[in-house]
Amino acid sequence: MALVNYRFDWSVLWTGESGRWLLSGLITTLELAACAWILAVALGILSGALRTVPFRPLRVLATFYVEFFRNVPLLVWMFFWYFGVPPLLPESVREWLFSHGLEFWAAVCALGVYSGARFSEVLRSGIQSIPRTQLEASVASGLTVLQAYRFVILPIALRLIIPPATNESLNLLKNSSVALTISVAELTFQTRQIETYTAKAIEALTAGTVIYLVLCVSLAAVMSWVERRTAIPGLIVGGRQRA
Amino acid sequence: MTLDFSVVWRNLDFLIIQGFFGFGNFVGGTLRLAIPSIVLGFILGIFIGLGRLSRRAWLRVPATLYVEFFRGIPLVMVIFWIWIVIPVVLRIKIPEFGVALTAFVIFEAAYLGEIVRAGVQSVPRGQVEAATAVGLSSSQTMRHVVLPQALKNMIPSLVTQFIVLFKDTSLASIIGFMDLTKAAQVVNNREIRPFELYLFIAAVYWVCTYSMSRYARSLEKRLGPA
Repeated sequence: MALVNYRFDWSVLWTGESGRWLLSGLITTLELAACAWILAVALGILSGALRTVPFRPLRVLATFYVEFFRNVPLLVWMFFWYFGVPPLLPESVREWLFSHGLEFWAAVCALGVYSGARFSEVLRSGIQSIPRTQLEASVASGLTVLQAYRFVILPIALRLIIPPATNESLNLLKNSSVALTISVAELTFQTRQIETYTAKAIEALTAGTVIYLVLCVSLAAVMSWVERRTAIPGLIVGGRQRA
Repeated sequence: MTLDFSVVWRNLDFLIIQGFFGFGNFVGGTLRLAIPSIVLGFILGIFIGLGRLSRRAWLRVPATLYVEFFRGIPLVMVIFWIWIVIPVVLRIKIPEFGVALTAFVIFEAAYLGEIVRAGVQSVPRGQVEAATAVGLSSSQTMRHVVLPQALKNMIPSLVTQFIVLFKDTSLASIIGFMDLTKAAQVVNNREIRPFELYLFIAAVYWVCTYSMSRYARSLEKRLGPA
């Protein structure tokens, strides 16, 4: 085995610029994921709601959005928003984008619009999984439809979608690594930079991997705590099974 | 800037024959990577999924750690691990195709393993008890009774995961594998028509994935609720 010839030198992770690169990569990843998450949730709610309205053109439009954007690779969307869209924009907008980190905003658009289509499906199946009798019973007991949604349907639906929505949010976080292809200096990008500068590939990749793992595991743990805290006694929420 | 979609027509051969199918001067092809990835990933996934359900801790614990680990890191990271670390550690150079295939199989097996596990768990306990009662051994029970029924329950989520894998193969272009995405990049470097080219390959990917998802839906209807 040639492995014995590899000399580990973990100090490359905190000597020189490496520590600062990792930290700034982590911050960029979180910023990118947060901006894209807000966009994705907004688009998800909007398109999820539009798919249920009794007006066909709007339904078709929302369905088209969901089916087209979630069925094409994220990488293609990254290139599309970064290389394809800016030349079509007006001169002034383009100038502004070039001086304000075009690659970051292209990545936010790509990741947000892509994930929004996936969030839309999560929300739709959440609302559809609530029996219609809930709505009918609420209206029969004197609530208006809006009140029924506000006090009965949505509180249940939002609890029901916590596990799949957490899953999608974690996917979004992990997918943000694809932004390195359009040179956004996020965590994976910085990991590669450390590897290029120090030639210590295993140490650099280990650092990046551990950070992603810690982010994902802790986020999942927090959300499962939220799920338990918000569970309605007597109502099976999330359908969690014991293995 | 005006749009000119004739650029797609002029480079159609390269994009489809080389990029999508993988025949030509370069080693590449979205399909040539996706099909073996799906097959091998599914086979490894069956072992991982069954390992997670095993009563023996030395099988269950590693399988669980495997799934939790690979579901917690991005695919791009896995590709870089294999691409950069194998040459350093083993002093051998593996081609891009091998790197991409290994990364996809290892990564997707974690997700497919979870689907296999859920599928096996969805088979009613009575089936196993009945199979044992008629004298089948536990491996016979798994092979002839549980897996065939589990597979039926798994089909919708399996196809969904195959679609995800199919889309993920585009990430092989990061390490220079000449798939559809890389082919579009190459053509774009010469023609500078990013909007038209990337929209076109988006449409090609879409046709494949959407027809897969339609097929999954029709299968789901035909097989009925389990």
